Amino acid sequence: MTSTTDFHNESTTSTEDSFLQGIKDCVPTLLGYISIGLAFGVVGSASGLSVIEIALLTILVYAGSAQFIFCALLLTSSPASAIIVTIFVVNLRHLLMSLTLAPHFTRYSMLRNVGFGTLLTDETFGVAVTKQMQKGKLHGKWMDGLNITAYLFWILSCVAGAFLGQWVANPEQWGLDFALIAMFVALLVLQLSSVGKNKIMHYLMLIGYMIVIMYGLSYVVPSHLAVLLATVIVATIGVVTDK
Amino acid sequence: MTTTASMVWLIIGCALVTWLPRIIPFMFVRSVKLPDVVLKWLSFIPVCILSALVMENLLDTESKSFVTLDWPVFVTFVPTLIIALVTKSLSITVVAGVIIMAAVRFFM
Repeated sequence: MTSTTDFHNESTTSTEDSFLQGIKDCVPTLLGYISIGLAFGVVGSASGLSVIEIALLTILVYAGSAQFIFCALLLTSSPASAIIVTIFVVNLRHLLMSLTLAPHFTRYSMLRNVGFGTLLTDETFGVAVTKQMQKGKLHGKWMDGLNITAYLFWILSCVAGAFLGQWVANPEQWGLDFALIAMFVALLVLQLSSVGKNKIMHYLMLIGYMIVIMYGLSYVVPSHLAVLLATVIVATIGVVTDK
Repeated sequence: MTTTASMVWLIIGCALVTWLPRIIPFMFVRSVKLPDVVLKWLSFIPVCILSALVMENLLDTESKSFVTLDWPVFVTFVPTLIIALVTKSLSITVVAGVIIMAAVRFFM
């Protein structure tokens, strides 16, 4: 499944794996970044953050859910330690995403790997695992094109949102918040349509478990923790029930 | 356009705790060969995490004492899922989903 030990010469990379193709493959996710980024800018300024603070948060933290929760915690005047611990837990799912993608990039240098990891998000992860399932291989230049495009659009959107705050008071009204959910739905469908026919029933069963476990966990833990725990539990069920 | 030193430190703290989980696997997987069972476990992560994120958004955990579906989101989710299944296109699904959500919020 993985081709981690293959020697790969970058100069033979076809246009399918180029930096430009990475940019093109990022385009469908941009509506998600732009709408959520604008929404974050609006929420950030409403929470009393200055434009420079919004920009700093966006450039350094680069994680939508974590940035929203940062604002929410600021508003309840939580202590700094509580904010940092919560942000850590909210974004811990990236550890799983990073662990999933990393085996496909072992042929690249340490520095480039740190680069791939630094710009990893839910969206770029989704696009990359789908690409990997369809093509069987991931290329560094393609990943950089995808990552850098997403990063730049996220920064621009958040900062634009910070300025536009006073006009677009309620981005939800325009359905823009759904862009992210629609994207997860589409990526899930693309994932499922590239697994073999013999495995599809197994995956559908796992999604069944996921529905039940997410529902149950939602009573006992905050939803971001439920995502993390349910993923660990259901992936383990997947290994145990795999034939 | 101002900020304080404590805010900058807080943001740097948050940046560190979101950065480390992203890069540590990329750094250590290079030198360690993961056992097959771990690779198998990781192969289930994409579908699990994507379905968990969808479920997270479909549930309303706040407005009542028991967890229910977030109805406007669920009503939008169903046609969006069908569009995703039919078109297998990320961009069409996202644009259609946003339009349906806006219509649902307008009428519901």
